[in-house]
Amino acid sequence: MTENILEVNHLEINFHTYAGDVKAIRDVSFHLAKGETLAIVGESGSGKSVTTKSLMGLLANNAEVMGGEILYHGEDLLKKSEKQMEGIRGKDIATIFQDPMTSLDPTMRIGRQIAEPLMKHKHFKKEKAMAQALEILKLVGITDAERRFKDYPHQFSGGQRQRIVIAISLVCYPEILIADEPTTALDVTIQAQILELMKELQSKIETSIIFITHDLGVVAGMADRVAVMYAGRIIEYGTVDEVFYNPQHPYTWGLLNSMPTLDSEHLYAIPGTPPDLLDPPKGDAFAARNDYAMKIDTEQQPPFFDVSPTHAAATWLLHPDAPKVTPPVEIQRRYKIFSEQQETKIKANQNLAEG
Amino acid sequence: MVGQKKNKILKVRHLKQYFNVGKPDEVKAIDDISFDIYEGETFGLVGESGSGKTTTGRSIINLYEPTDGKIDFDGVDIRKIKSKKDKLQFRRDMQMIFQDPYASLNPRMKVKDIVAEGIDIHHLAANDEARAKRVEELLETVGLNKDHSSRYPHEFSGGQRQRIGIARALAVEPKFIIADEPISALDVSIQAQVVNLLKELQIKNKLTYLFIAHDLSMVKYISDRIGVMHYGKLLEIAPANEIYTHPLHDYTASLISAVPVPDPEFERNRVQVPYDASIEADGKQRRMVEISPEHFVLASEDEIAMYEERAAKALL
Repeated sequence: MTENILEVNHLEINFHTYAGDVKAIRDVSFHLAKGETLAIVGESGSGKSVTTKSLMGLLANNAEVMGGEILYHGEDLLKKSEKQMEGIRGKDIATIFQDPMTSLDPTMRIGRQIAEPLMKHKHFKKEKAMAQALEILKLVGITDAERRFKDYPHQFSGGQRQRIVIAISLVCYPEILIADEPTTALDVTIQAQILELMKELQSKIETSIIFITHDLGVVAGMADRVAVMYAGRIIEYGTVDEVFYNPQHPYTWGLLNSMPTLDSEHLYAIPGTPPDLLDPPKGDAFAARNDYAMKIDTEQQPPFFDVSPTHAAATWLLHPDAPKVTPPVEIQRRYKIFSEQQETKIKANQNLAEG
Repeated sequence: MVGQKKNKILKVRHLKQYFNVGKPDEVKAIDDISFDIYEGETFGLVGESGSGKTTTGRSIINLYEPTDGKIDFDGVDIRKIKSKKDKLQFRRDMQMIFQDPYASLNPRMKVKDIVAEGIDIHHLAANDEARAKRVEELLETVGLNKDHSSRYPHEFSGGQRQRIGIARALAVEPKFIIADEPISALDVSIQAQVVNLLKELQIKNKLTYLFIAHDLSMVKYISDRIGVMHYGKLLEIAPANEIYTHPLHDYTASLISAVPVPDPEFERNRVQVPYDASIEADGKQRRMVEISPEHFVLASEDEIAMYEERAAKALL
């Protein structure tokens, strides 16, 4: 088994507002293994960004961690002082934010911005830092890097800026890279290039990635494992194949079903809107929008039921006493792919065993 | 040709929209595009940022003075509408739904006044009672509650605001709606709701849509025909299915190949088609050529044979 470099256990985060406490993160647990990409999927307000901000110690002032722990190499990040976090941020755990316009300093030449983490964290002399910064600028695919090294952010296009942001985040070879909607602001062709670049760099630098996005298409291409969040909780997690081809939670069904495929005639829409986390509903937060909801869904929060050693979902439908339901057609189509995959795997194993 | 039977509600001919004309920073936002929109259809206009798709929408609704070219709406050149009465009628017939549901609603106005603004301007309600009733109807049509009418925009979610924007557009009973990225600011599950609502309303109110977007999968789902823009030029026009399954222009193929698909096996085998934009700037004269029925591509004389060959291959 690979080593878990990060473990989040039973994290609870509230935001204090005038209207009351918003329970933004409710009992969230996950882990991240070395070298893997974990995608956290969810709609706005589901808590995906708050989760990652808590990893970086960048929560807003009105946020309070009510419980849980974030273990990085066994040490709880929540117990670190601001000074200690400064030593980790940008060096061991780095972030790429959504908007490359606002995450770069408009008044500083990009070469210096890339070199800054090296001087700060690794105490490189300026010349050495600049030399390494130039190397990484070439690595992220900025053409004519020597000449552009002294340009300002506004002289670059959106895609190039995001490449520069990636260069900054990777210059210290972080163990964990948190990418919070890194391509949402970009055009699809540029998005494809940036995603390709991230994969390439990941294998070179051997960094683990936590990829936050609402785009299931991007997840399918990037993730090794997927966690689906809804209303402050993770409701399903598994390998990318398990979540896309063998989804169990009705919310995951709804998400996959509401994406138009090439030959979809009618588009399914999940009815209603997400619940207000000032006063989260009792039971399964998705129950009110769930076509498959049972009485117990409105009364009691479902625990995680294991589907496989790597796959679990928090839905009462997986309880042994639950009635069998027929999932939407699109999900049945995906189940078929999953069983075909399983068969191929079994055959491959048999062939291996037989030599 | 099938299209001849259908009534062309909008005709765009050789439209050019330049900004800063004659200055060093002249921008050819739209560079000679021509297309038609048939009554009752949804025409999807896709392109990346800077391709000119939003400018096209704005030129059509007469927000800009075109540098050159002609836009006919319902048989009338929109630049030649001069009388106040005709101008009002034009603005009634053509409405717009905007991208940002947070910026497009006046935060100081109540929902009922936002929705009824058009009703007031066009004197469509005899009295306050009729006005209130009409607003209630409209809110219900777009799936909101009539109790919502005395609230302010900030009390609504993004999806609900977009519904308010749709109700406002519908209030004046338009024929033609330009929807400029109406769903890109919304969450996936809400996007489907709004798209389905737009589809329902189209059938019910006999609307024609110009649907501008960069999200190709959603555009394909809602559109009957799609036009692809790049650097101010319209490169290809075809029925929605056709353009996805058999794109003729290299740029279209490249754009479609870049769309992420929620299917891990597909993603593992994805082959992205590269595109070299320099061929667009080789100075050759190009015009829209109908390669196969209803499938147009911007081609120079010597490229026509190549595209015809591609189209023939696609049929096999």
